[in-house]
Amino acid sequence: MTSDYNFAFLDEGSKREIRRATLKAIAVPGYQVPFASREMPIARGWGTGGLQLTLSLIGTDDIVKVIDQGSDESVNAVSMKNLICSTTGVEQTTDTQKATLIQSRHRIPEEKLTGGQILVLQVPLPEPLRLVEPSEYSTKRLHADCEYSGVWLLLFEQIMNYGRMTTGADHPVEVEGHYVMAPSPIPKFDNEKLNKAENLTLFGAGREKKIYAVPPYTNVKSLAFNDYPFEVEKFKNRKCRLCGATGVYMDELIDEKTGLTYYQCNDTGYCLKRMNRELQND
Amino acid sequence: MTDISEPWLKVQNLTKQFGDGCEYCRGRNPEKLEKNYCPRCGTVYACQDVSFEVYEGEILGVVGESGSGKSTIMNCLYFDEDVTDGTCTIRDYHKGMSNIFEESSRQKRFIRNTLMGRVYQNPMLGLKMEFSSMSNIAERLIAAGDRDVQPMKERAEELLTCVNIPLFRAKEAPVNFSGGMQQRVQIAKALSTKPPVLLLDEVTTGLDLSVQANVLDLIKKLQRELHITMIVVSHDLGVIRMLAERTIVMLNGRIIEAGLTDQIMEDPQHEYTQQLVYSLL
Repeated sequence: MTSDYNFAFLDEGSKREIRRATLKAIAVPGYQVPFASREMPIARGWGTGGLQLTLSLIGTDDIVKVIDQGSDESVNAVSMKNLICSTTGVEQTTDTQKATLIQSRHRIPEEKLTGGQILVLQVPLPEPLRLVEPSEYSTKRLHADCEYSGVWLLLFEQIMNYGRMTTGADHPVEVEGHYVMAPSPIPKFDNEKLNKAENLTLFGAGREKKIYAVPPYTNVKSLAFNDYPFEVEKFKNRKCRLCGATGVYMDELIDEKTGLTYYQCNDTGYCLKRMNRELQND
Repeated sequence: MTDISEPWLKVQNLTKQFGDGCEYCRGRNPEKLEKNYCPRCGTVYACQDVSFEVYEGEILGVVGESGSGKSTIMNCLYFDEDVTDGTCTIRDYHKGMSNIFEESSRQKRFIRNTLMGRVYQNPMLGLKMEFSSMSNIAERLIAAGDRDVQPMKERAEELLTCVNIPLFRAKEAPVNFSGGMQQRVQIAKALSTKPPVLLLDEVTTGLDLSVQANVLDLIKKLQRELHITMIVVSHDLGVIRMLAERTIVMLNGRIIEAGLTDQIMEDPQHEYTQQLVYSLL
């Protein structure tokens, strides 16, 4: 412990309340459980939901990894890592396989997560029906009745306007045949990683005060029409400039000196690991 | 085999009140209340003991002044409001054995999507104004379980043609349409799942005369060609006279007269109906 705060910043009562909501969320996959979102030392919308989940779950043995849009070193990720580690004293890592608790914004790591790991995702808008139905009272009833024509309507409208489904991130998924869920703004590429995953995935929306979960080995299906199947981003013939990886989610960047486009792994931890391995092999 | 001479829709003792009532109005026969609300506690008795039947393929008119409970009947039948009391059976649903007001909300959604279509007085209630007309129609098909884009698109185009909306505007949002066009998109949407009954609530109110004629012609045509059963609510006797074969007249939440439209127009029995008919002529 390196600070005067309680272990993991939150007081024990708050942690317990958040854990209770989390347990309920795990028991009803995809269902949004309301919880009393606490004031955090970061602004709402900057990952307070995810941070509260992380802090309520963390123990002294945990090894934590925080990612922001695939990057371990962005300001947001570093600041949150500092907060978590300075109030708990746990070890931090950039290695996905080594971490027991991973908090992420907008990405699921490239390396496959395994049974003992928990992935916490930060969620800005947990309600997939919000765009068509502004009332919370109504959306709750729609969820209860499994009435998701509103979500399908959004996808249909995209097909009408652009000839294909254009949700770049946050493509709605159906969890275990009932609840339709916003998987947080992860790219479509990552949607498939949720299906039958071995790890537990938790979603925390601090501003909207909701927690939901995808427990291990849960069926998660991305919504798609029969004649317009779900398609993920493809990076055909693309190679990471740094580590040479293929078949991963990549960022498109422009080399300012030459003006040429190049590609690079979006998951920096994964990229770094590959490069280190190459060095060791040499 | 279902018996055609059986009514398709049967409503019995439909009662809807807003408020719990007080000793004054509960003890008293609500009929004795001067208007349809209690002067002491403000409870509104919007519909009281309304019973009627609708037969397959006919158009039933409902007339009455504003506040007489016409739209409340519609809201109750389309499950937009929960009824206080009463039963409603549909011949083709569980062979008319179950009271649809007591079904689960999932079943109610099913009935709404497959057995009924509704056209609201205010298109804002029936349509999603920001989405294209095509998507609005598809929404109902999706709700009924359709998951193929191409057939849905073709069906939407067919319906829009049927209600005289040029196809080049099909991808436009109804918010950009005129009132008459919005009303026609609503009709197309209501028809999309081929429901056996259509609930039309003041469809021509607020439209100018030529557009009114247009919409009424369309409704007449649909009834003639598709044999859809309809319940038409209007305060306008002209509309009722043109469309309805049978009519019920409402006052203060009660049915005061029912019969063939011509009969009611030519020989009104109740004092209020007489006033209504003579004020028209």
